[in-house]
Amino acid sequence: MLKYILKRILSSIITIWFVITVTFILMHAIPGGPFTSDRKLPPAVELNLNTKYGLDKPMIVQYGTYLVNLVHGDLGLSMSTVGLTVNQVIAGSFPASLKVGICAILFALIIGVILGIFAALQQGKLWDNLCMIIATIGVAVPSMILGPILIYVFAVQLGWLPAVGLDLPSNYIMPAIALGLYYMSFISRLVRSSLVDVIKLDYIKVARAKGLSKGKIILKHALRNSLIPLITYLGPITAGVLTGSFVIETVFGIPGIGREFVQSISNRDYTTTLGVTVFFCAFLIAANFIVDLLYMVVDPRIKLED
Amino acid sequence: MEKLLQINNIHTSFQTHAGEVQAVRGVSIDLYKGEAVGIVGESGSGKSITMMTLMRLLDNNGEIKEGEILFEGKDLVKLSEKEMEGIRGNDIGMIFQDPMTSLNPVLTIGDQISEPLIKHGKMSRSEVRKKVIDMLELVGISSPEKRMKQYPHEFSGGMRQRVMIAMALICQPKLLIADEPTTALDVTIQAQILELMKDLKEKLNMSIIIITHDLGVVANLCTRINVMYGGIVVESGKAREIFYNANHPYTWGLLRSIPNPKLDTKERLIPIQGTPPDLLKPPVGCPFAERCDWAMKICFDNMPENYNISEDHYSACWLNHPDAPKVNRNDDGRDN
Amino acid sequence: MQYSKDMFEFIPKEEKNYNRVVRPSLTYGQDVWRMLRKNKLAMGGLVFLIIIVLAAIFGPMLSKYSYTAQNLDFADIGPSAQHWFGTDKFGRDLFVRVLEGARISLTIGFVASALSVFIGILYGGISGYFGGTVDNIMMRIVEAIYAIPMTIYVILIMVVLRGGLNSIIIALTISFWVTMARIVRGQIMSLKEQEFVLAAKTIGASPLRIILKHLIPNCLGPIIVTLTLSVPDAIFQEAFLSFIGLGIAPPLASWGSLASDALGGYQLYPYQLVFPALAISLTMLAFNLLGDGLTYALDPKTRR
Repeated sequence: MLKYILKRILSSIITIWFVITVTFILMHAIPGGPFTSDRKLPPAVELNLNTKYGLDKPMIVQYGTYLVNLVHGDLGLSMSTVGLTVNQVIAGSFPASLKVGICAILFALIIGVILGIFAALQQGKLWDNLCMIIATIGVAVPSMILGPILIYVFAVQLGWLPAVGLDLPSNYIMPAIALGLYYMSFISRLVRSSLVDVIKLDYIKVARAKGLSKGKIILKHALRNSLIPLITYLGPITAGVLTGSFVIETVFGIPGIGREFVQSISNRDYTTTLGVTVFFCAFLIAANFIVDLLYMVVDPRIKLED
Repeated sequence: MEKLLQINNIHTSFQTHAGEVQAVRGVSIDLYKGEAVGIVGESGSGKSITMMTLMRLLDNNGEIKEGEILFEGKDLVKLSEKEMEGIRGNDIGMIFQDPMTSLNPVLTIGDQISEPLIKHGKMSRSEVRKKVIDMLELVGISSPEKRMKQYPHEFSGGMRQRVMIAMALICQPKLLIADEPTTALDVTIQAQILELMKDLKEKLNMSIIIITHDLGVVANLCTRINVMYGGIVVESGKAREIFYNANHPYTWGLLRSIPNPKLDTKERLIPIQGTPPDLLKPPVGCPFAERCDWAMKICFDNMPENYNISEDHYSACWLNHPDAPKVNRNDDGRDN
Repeated sequence: MQYSKDMFEFIPKEEKNYNRVVRPSLTYGQDVWRMLRKNKLAMGGLVFLIIIVLAAIFGPMLSKYSYTAQNLDFADIGPSAQHWFGTDKFGRDLFVRVLEGARISLTIGFVASALSVFIGILYGGISGYFGGTVDNIMMRIVEAIYAIPMTIYVILIMVVLRGGLNSIIIALTISFWVTMARIVRGQIMSLKEQEFVLAAKTIGASPLRIILKHLIPNCLGPIIVTLTLSVPDAIFQEAFLSFIGLGIAPPLASWGSLASDALGGYQLYPYQLVFPALAISLTMLAFNLLGDGLTYALDPKTRR
């Protein structure tokens, strides 16, 4: 067990290092620095700013400094907002994203699984077809289009839900749906096909031969086995919800980390972009790790190997 | 002897996207209390489907078109699903072919064995636990208290089949149906499992129907044999009769194709030429006619009648008609 | 019942035909096509896609408006007989622009997918076939890349490459080949243990020949399905990029950029968003239906 955890931590560190390096290279490959774009600054001021942020030093030195700081948990200063550290930017905006993200994932999981089960049990009949139509459309409509449509229908025309911000609980509904609908559809299709496959297996036949009722067979025997493949996808789903936040937060005016990321790119705010990327990656790696642990808990066949 | 089970003229079909497949086309089988009966035939002969029909475990596209199955005075064909649930695992137990896939991988075997008991009986937790341990001992699994908390992947094939048997017999059913119980196992384990089944049959005073394509298994265990081909029973009778006085050409063919270690090694094995009939468009006459060395014109046009050869020995073959030519064969079924 | 004596005559063996094949056998491809044809939804998707592709190729040529022609007098008009989809804020005809967008979006989708499939097959094929250390290293690299959401990479790459059609295609290809490589490798790893590979080796086939002639054709199923589903993914990513402002530069139009442009005023002029949105959604839907149909037709479990 311990060996496995150590192995994972090691490979995670390597991955994060890889990401930092690639991102660093990419950011510095962009022509022009953060202070050269729109603002017309006197050269002296520009020189001062560059020195302050260490942009005048050779690339290697900048890279090294960054890594050293990183080990101390210091992600640097934001280049677009004076006096603000990247850590503060992240700390200030992440909670909002986390809340919306969790709502979206819960929506996707709960509704997705329920729809998937119903569809599988009613295979070939009306309910199955209905669920699958909803799911197929959900997979095809991008979140960036769904968002404005939801706003137009429910906020502008019907006035039922608030359009922007996160003040009220009802603010969370539309972003969660816009963000989560794709994954809800994906999950319901996955659960359906997985359950349909499991029901055909031998041990289900055996369970029937023991005289167990259909309900018990589904709940006790079939469901657990068919939900296992779902766990595999929890990692990518988390990743997707994270990246989906870039657009959703922009459309719904949510002060989240996704929006910060997008803005930092247009602002050429190196440190924030880099910092947020590193944060995202660390978060995802941790999430994937938790998912793998969960997998081992649910399926007794999995042993702690690489 | 008292009759436990009577299968009368069962017809079962499946609706597939290619059409209706007639898997079982008029099968009748009797079973008396305390006896072991074998159903022998190749893949596609309808033997498994007949048993699935009995248990009412057909897939959604399966349908019983005709016939009745009398068990303890009830016609199983007419019972509701709920009533059948009460019988399955309780009065009739069934074990299947592949022990590697027949157990749920995420549940302990103790859990899986106790399920029929919990469903059909009203016992306390501790009583159930005790019964499970007893059953595990009975089927020959050592350290049952420890083993019952383990998962299927921690057991070998032979062990898993024993678990299956424990599961099927824990409610002490009157009838055990074994569908190819030893086919997926090593030869040495096969022998052990068969011995176990014989033993349990005596101890629990149980009847057994065993489905197999292996005549050796049948010779070991069964008092009576039914030979199936192309969805019908082509011959049935006492085991000794079938082996030494087989009447139907298909049975002859089966017996001819078994290697006999006692005979001169220069003798060749004679397999049966050809392939089984297409059950989407089943032949009008005898299903074996195409592959039969002694087929006559009437065999292709008319389904053979069931001739009573001797006591309890029936054969569905036109060769038994008074007008049919006499055919020569040896005692062990080999043709001269 | 009485039967005539001649009914009991033997029929000589030559007159019976053994091993007569009842139904004609089909090649793999024909079988798959036959199953696919029965799936109305998938066929509908296919037909829709063919129509869209044809419209994209020929449509702009047939319209009297060019996609760049501005006419401020007619700005922001709703759908009418003259402008089927209405006009945008510069008075440009939206119908033509949507068709133009079809050209761009579909090109991006197809080219990026095709390229990534090509790279992915090679990479995955080699990694899967050779196994061992080669596979280990190659897969570590893939996992390091895979651990991070593609979108982030794509965004960063786009920022460096500064927009434009080629850049988008490059960026998307770079992010997609990884998925394909993983799938191909997985398939090959399970296939190479099978006996037909051993048989080929015994006859002395070289690794390259084995990979190309034996293994990859057997992977075609998942490859085709992934390819079919990559195209809508690419279209989606491109739309995403346009939303963030990293996509196609005006006056060129892609569906994503059209939708993004429309965001400013869609509450007043919803049609500006609706048509590109429909275009994206219906196209993605069509690809998904086709992909689903193919998955079902190619799955060995559902085929007889």
